[in-house]
Parts: sequence; structure tokens; C-alpha cells
Amino acid sequence: MLEKALTGSKKYWALLSLLGGIIVVGFFCYLKQLSFGLGITGMSRDVSWGLYIAQFTFLVGVAASAVMVVLPYYLHHYKLFGRITILGEFLAVASVTMCLSFIIADLGRPDRAFNVLLYPTPSSILFWDMVVLNGYLVLNIVIGWTVLAAERADVPPPKWVKPLIYLSIPWAVSIHTVTAFIYAGLPGRGFWLTAIMAPRFLASAFASGPALLILLGFIVRKFSKFDPGKEAFQTLAKIVTYAMLISIFFVLMELFTAFYSQIPEHMSHFQYLFFGLHGHTKLVPWMWSFVILAVGATFLLINPNTRKNEKTLALACVAVFVSLWIEKGLGLVVTGFIPSPLEEITEYTPTAPEVLITLGIWAIGFSILTVLYKIAVSIKEEVGS
Amino acid sequence: MDNSKRTFLKVAGISLLGIGSKPLQKALAVNEEPKILPSPDALTGKRWAMIIDMKKCKEDCQDCLKACHQVHNVPDLGNPKDEVKWIWKEPYEKAFPGDETVYMQEYIDQTLKGSQFITLCNHCDNPPCVRVCPTKATWKREDGIVMMDYHRCIGCRFCMAGCPYGSRSLNWRDPRPFIKEINKEFPTRERGVVEKCNFCSERLAKGLIPACVEACKEKALVFGDLEDANSELRGLLRAHHTIRRKPQLGTMPQIYYIA
Repeated sequence: MLEKALTGSKKYWALLSLLGGIIVVGFFCYLKQLSFGLGITGMSRDVSWGLYIAQFTFLVGVAASAVMVVLPYYLHHYKLFGRITILGEFLAVASVTMCLSFIIADLGRPDRAFNVLLYPTPSSILFWDMVVLNGYLVLNIVIGWTVLAAERADVPPPKWVKPLIYLSIPWAVSIHTVTAFIYAGLPGRGFWLTAIMAPRFLASAFASGPALLILLGFIVRKFSKFDPGKEAFQTLAKIVTYAMLISIFFVLMELFTAFYSQIPEHMSHFQYLFFGLHGHTKLVPWMWSFVILAVGATFLLINPNTRKNEKTLALACVAVFVSLWIEKGLGLVVTGFIPSPLEEITEYTPTAPEVLITLGIWAIGFSILTVLYKIAVSIKEEVGS
Repeated sequence: MDNSKRTFLKVAGISLLGIGSKPLQKALAVNEEPKILPSPDALTGKRWAMIIDMKKCKEDCQDCLKACHQVHNVPDLGNPKDEVKWIWKEPYEKAFPGDETVYMQEYIDQTLKGSQFITLCNHCDNPPCVRVCPTKATWKREDGIVMMDYHRCIGCRFCMAGCPYGSRSLNWRDPRPFIKEINKEFPTRERGVVEKCNFCSERLAKGLIPACVEACKEKALVFGDLEDANSELRGLLRAHHTIRRKPQLGTMPQIYYIA
């Protein structure tokens, strides 16, 4: 099936070349980072995790969201999702690859990454995250590829793949739960020390992932003969709506606990996020953009007229994706360090090489996505005609 | 079957046998591996801890900080972003956040004339950094010292997020050009690994007390075995009310302050 990725229109190659160019720039910056050290980034002694880990956290959510198409289709035999399932699984593959790349990019000594396997440490959540992320990657490659191959050959998928599909459902939940546990179990980091972290992660994942899937589906439909179907998009839109509402609800619950209890270790981080702390306000405009986008998207999604109109739906999906990227890919990780446990306020701004490396990894993910979608769509076209 | 194939299979078979015999050899061989014996001079304790008497600590004195950083090749990068530090001074309200009240501030100021507390790794009895490390590059010794293996650390900085005392530093860049005078008795570090106070484990092994304790002319720092009822440390704990940083987090820090 790989041969399908080797032939394509001019637009297909132009897109891949563009992404390739971004990857090359990012890779060059990464070489710089390797020789200089992580000091090339904006991270510091006080804010010791930054853009890389934040992207990783956000993308785990996008990856986990594949379950939102797999579950209705395989557990509830929701036939409308049959055509779009493969897009969800391949999105998961691309996202998990980005997650793993971001972790490697963040390591001070990437040459020692395999120490995690050589000295397995079950008490460390990072060890378990490595296990579940790699497992999820393999599951989605195997399932997606096998089901697509079967579809091409016009035979039902082999029996052995069914248990793997069922396994992938709780596994998707596990990747985001374990990722939340990285943060939620640390004493002295009041911002993250919240039992609702994992549910909050899952809720925002099930909004941002399917929102991206809707947008990708629209793009696929525009540039190919493959149409996942209007109804499939509408059901996904309903999933995004509920997940977004639950997401916002969870954030409000965090705000209540922090501001009503008035415990400084919990409250000061939210103060920093939304109002700034002692004149440090770098994230404030971002967070209010999050609020406006999230509320705006919710209105567009709740109103059946704007949800059913694909133009406003696309707009809402962009707003959902961007707002949750701000919330998780920007605010959540960095703010855990501001103020520091010693009440030091050190702000964080990523440097140019750091941003370029980040873009490079996103480009890697989108190249993988482009190639995988090209294969999937070509086969769907082949079967359809 | 041609000759080369036959030769190949022969060699491959013999090689496989060789690989297979390794565990057998291991099981049969008598364990005669050399053991590392501790020096007879080594200071040994069941639970090392430290008391810092802030009533004795002089505000503008830097002796303990300098001694530690010199002995351990801690670089001076000259900026807070890339800073590496093992022991340093922190105002009272930062070392003990949440404790400050107008009254307390007054009291502290009166008794301490400024409130620059000596802060370092607390060598917690229940260290979160050890719990979160994915490679066991940081671990707790039998005698309570929380150690770092600079050769195993992957630089993921989970320990830095886990430590509620800000005691850990990453080498954001090559530290060697920033060491004023290299002490050849102690290793320098490479970029990309985390480091922190090691309670002078290398000095204890030679029978020496920690460098910071030795350097303090005021005898404000006292190091000793918490399990030894006759130790100076226990005597001070009996005689004084002491405080610890964030004991409510359950980390059981082992640096005690007389304030």
C-alpha cells in the first residue's frame, strides 16, 4: 500500500516539500541545541519545562481522541464512522510520533534515552508514559494498516485484529491519564496538584482531537474523491460540543477550588494566568484569547444552526483547537512553575531555535499524516470507484 | 549445498552455542567478583541530617557556600536562568513560603537581623525526586543521602519538577568553562545532566565532615547521625525548637533550622 504515497498530484508534493523544508530548518536548530545544550531554549532553573513538554502534553490529547471514532464504530456499531475511523487512527499515529519526538527534543542527554529501558523504574510516571505511548503507537499502526489492507482486498479484517481494537479503547484513555499523572502527583506544585487533572485532560482531548479530525475531513473531502459523509461530521461535531462544555466546566471547577479556598499555592498560578502576578503578565493576553475563543466556539457549537452549517462548524473547530492549544500547549505546563515553590516569579519566553525545533516536529507529524492520509484516501478512492 | 553456505551454517551454529552457554557459565562460575570495601576511616551513620542554627549564621558571610561550590566544581554561570547551585541563601519568606505574617516577620527580623536562610537539598526521607526519576539516576542511600548519578541521568528534569525546594539544577550548557578553579578530586559535569548537594558523600567516605560544615567559623552548621542519641545533632534537637521547610508535604526533610 505504501506505493500509494509515491504518486500524487503537484499539490501533494508541494505540501510535502514545504513540510520537508520546515523539518530541515528544525533539524538544523536541533543540531545546534545538541552541541550547545538546552540553554539554547528559553527554559530556566525555575521554569524547567517549556514549549516541548507542553506540545507533548497537548498532542497526547489529540492522539487519544482517535477513540472517539473507534469506540462508536466498533462498540456501538455506529456505521457512519466506518469511513472516518482510519482517519482517526492515522491521526493518532502522527500525534504519538510527535509526542515521542518532543520528549526526545526535551532531553538534556538524548543519547541516554534508552536508559529508561535499561533501568526500568515503575515508580516513575515517565516510565509508564513511555510504555503506554509506544504501545498506543504500535496498536494504531497495526490496526489502521490491517483494516485498510483488508478493505482494499475487499475482505473483512482478520479476526486477530478485533481484540487489538478493543484493547486500543482503554489504551487511549490510559495515555492521557498517565500523562496527567506526570503533573498531578507532584508535591509542591499546587497548580498541578489536582485530582481532576486526568479527567480534564481527557475532556479537552475529546474536544480538540475530533475538532481537528473534522477539519482534516473537510480538507480530505475538498482535495479528493473521498467523502466521510455529512452525518459523520455532524456526529463528530456533537462529540466536540459535549467535550468542550465538559472541558470548560472542569476549568471553572479548578478556578472555584483555587479562588474560594484562597490557598496561595493553588491560587497564585491562576492569578498569574488570568491577571498577572506582581506585574508579570506574559500569559494574560493568551489566556483571555483562550476564554474568548472557547466561549465563542461553544456558542457556535451549541446553536444547531451554526453547528449544521459547515462553514460556521469549521470556524468553531478552529476556535476549539486553538483555544485548547493555548490552554494546554501553552498555559498548563509553564504556569506550574510560575511562581516557583520558592515563590520566585520567573517568566518564560521560548527562543527562536526552540520555536523552530517545535515547528519542525509539528512538520514531521504533518508529513506522516499527509502520507498516511494519502494512502488511506487513495485506497478509499480505489475501492469506491 | 555449496561450500560457502555450509561454512556459514557451521560458524553460525557454533556462534549460537557460544551465546547460549553464557548464562550456563554464569550459573556455574563461583562468584569471585571483587567487592568495594569502605575505608576504615569513613564516617558512617544510620541517618545523616543537618541542623542550621540561623542565630549563629552571619548575614554577609558566604564561607559555606563558597567552600561547597569550590569543592564540587559548581560553575558560576553568572545569570539566574542557567544558574547551578548546591547551597545558597534565600530570604525567610521564600524558604518558608506561607509562613510569613506581619508579626512573624517582625520576630524574625528582630532575632535574625535580616533573614537569609541557608538552603540546600533536604535529603528527604521520602524524596519525591527519587520517586519520579525514570532511570534511578537519583536514589536514596541506606544512610539517607539522596545521591545523583551524572552518568545515568537523561536530563528529563522530572526531578526538578518534583522537588518542592528548588534544590536541583540542570546544566543548561557546558559548565566547565565556568568553573574558576577545578578541583581534580571531584568530577566535573557535562551539559544536560541534573545535579545537587550530595551531603559530601565523597568526603564522608574519606572520614571528612561536609565542606560547608567545616567552612563555617560560627559553627552554625552541624552535621550528624539522627539515629545516634549521643550525637551533637540530637543534643541540639533536644535543646531547641527547630523548623523544617514544608514538612506538610510529607517529604520528611532532614535539614533542621534553629530560627
